[in-house]
Amino acid sequence: MESLTFRHTTHKPLPGSVPNAIIGVVASGNLEILLERVLPPDACEIAIETPIAGYGDVWEAVVADFVARAQPGGIRISINDGGARPDTVSLRLLQGARLMEA
Amino acid sequence: MAGDRAASIDPDALSWYEATARQRVAALADPGSFQEFLPPTERRMSPHLPLFDLPRAFDDGIVVGRATLDGGPVLIAAQEGRFMGGAFGEIHGGKLVGLLRAALDLKPKAVLILFDTGGVRLQEANAGETAIAETMRAIVEVRAAGIPVIGLIGGRAGCYGGGGLIAGTCSRLAVSESGRISVSGPEVIETNKGAEEFDSRDRALVWRTMGGKHRRLTGGADAFCADTVFAFRRAALGLIGRAPAFDLATLEAEQARLEDRIARFGDCRDATDVWRRLGVNDPETVPAMDTDAFEATVARVREADHDAR
Repeated sequence: MESLTFRHTTHKPLPGSVPNAIIGVVASGNLEILLERVLPPDACEIAIETPIAGYGDVWEAVVADFVARAQPGGIRISINDGGARPDTVSLRLLQGARLMEA
Repeated sequence: MAGDRAASIDPDALSWYEATARQRVAALADPGSFQEFLPPTERRMSPHLPLFDLPRAFDDGIVVGRATLDGGPVLIAAQEGRFMGGAFGEIHGGKLVGLLRAALDLKPKAVLILFDTGGVRLQEANAGETAIAETMRAIVEVRAAGIPVIGLIGGRAGCYGGGGLIAGTCSRLAVSESGRISVSGPEVIETNKGAEEFDSRDRALVWRTMGGKHRRLTGGADAFCADTVFAFRRAALGLIGRAPAFDLATLEAEQARLEDRIARFGDCRDATDVWRRLGVNDPETVPAMDTDAFEATVARVREADHDAR
């Protein structure tokens, strides 16, 4: 297993007041994402557990793109990966952010 | 948890087979009534999977909690068949056993188990086998306390291995066409006995032998429903109302029913032979029947409904 953690500073907090949400399932080519509104409003932390080692650069790029698009300030994101492709990861991250904004 | 709300789509249209465990629970229970025990934020994950370099799930593949169904309090457990085939590990099994034991204190109208499992998780097999045994004992205690335990089966992993044994201890079972109930799965039988005995790639054979229609016709399952969450909800409500007593008379009736089944069908080579002997006029047409036509067929079969279990 490879553990990766990325910390970002955002320009604004993620809108909404939902305290936590989960999206996706740990299955082949899929992943589950747990979002919790527990950080200062300008902070975002993403912790990833993946069985596929050696793709840290790709994760870093996908996460940076998500943070830039969603501005998920205040959210701690925990990921259990089942070998999801980058496009699936992006999709699930945006779905998770949408759930938190509801 | 907000992920549950993602499923607040029309339960009439939501496919049970396609839905996740969380979607099934959210759409099965009265809207907004589900309260999860040990939710993903508690991070009760398998202590064993990291040893095998395998990913874990925050809920260890099972969602448990309380809800209301048509206003009545129920406890619900739902297995996620897509995570490790819905298999029983230490935490997964512990959550189910704990829920059943809680039923003795909370005295709900019923406990609903949404099976979706291949059986025991091989990476933590001892803990999984123990969990199967503890679950069966807990179900017996819950039923002895007068609380029905209803199994709902229609997920992609089916209900196999220890899950099939647990299903056998439930008060009543509802199954859809895509639901399968057995102990040894198709691949296991083929590996041990050869493809001549059971060809696991012959999907029609698998469904004929283990699928929902066969289980319903022979009385293994007590309700047959279309593949929607709404149909399972209606079936669950119906079965709660006609759960058998858990007493000596019921157990003796079950023993007699099973002995009669071996005597009548023990020499059949295929499920269609069983259906013909049950009195189904045109057994070859059963797999293609829609829900209504199949229900009409079931109504003419004596063995499909019984006072046993």
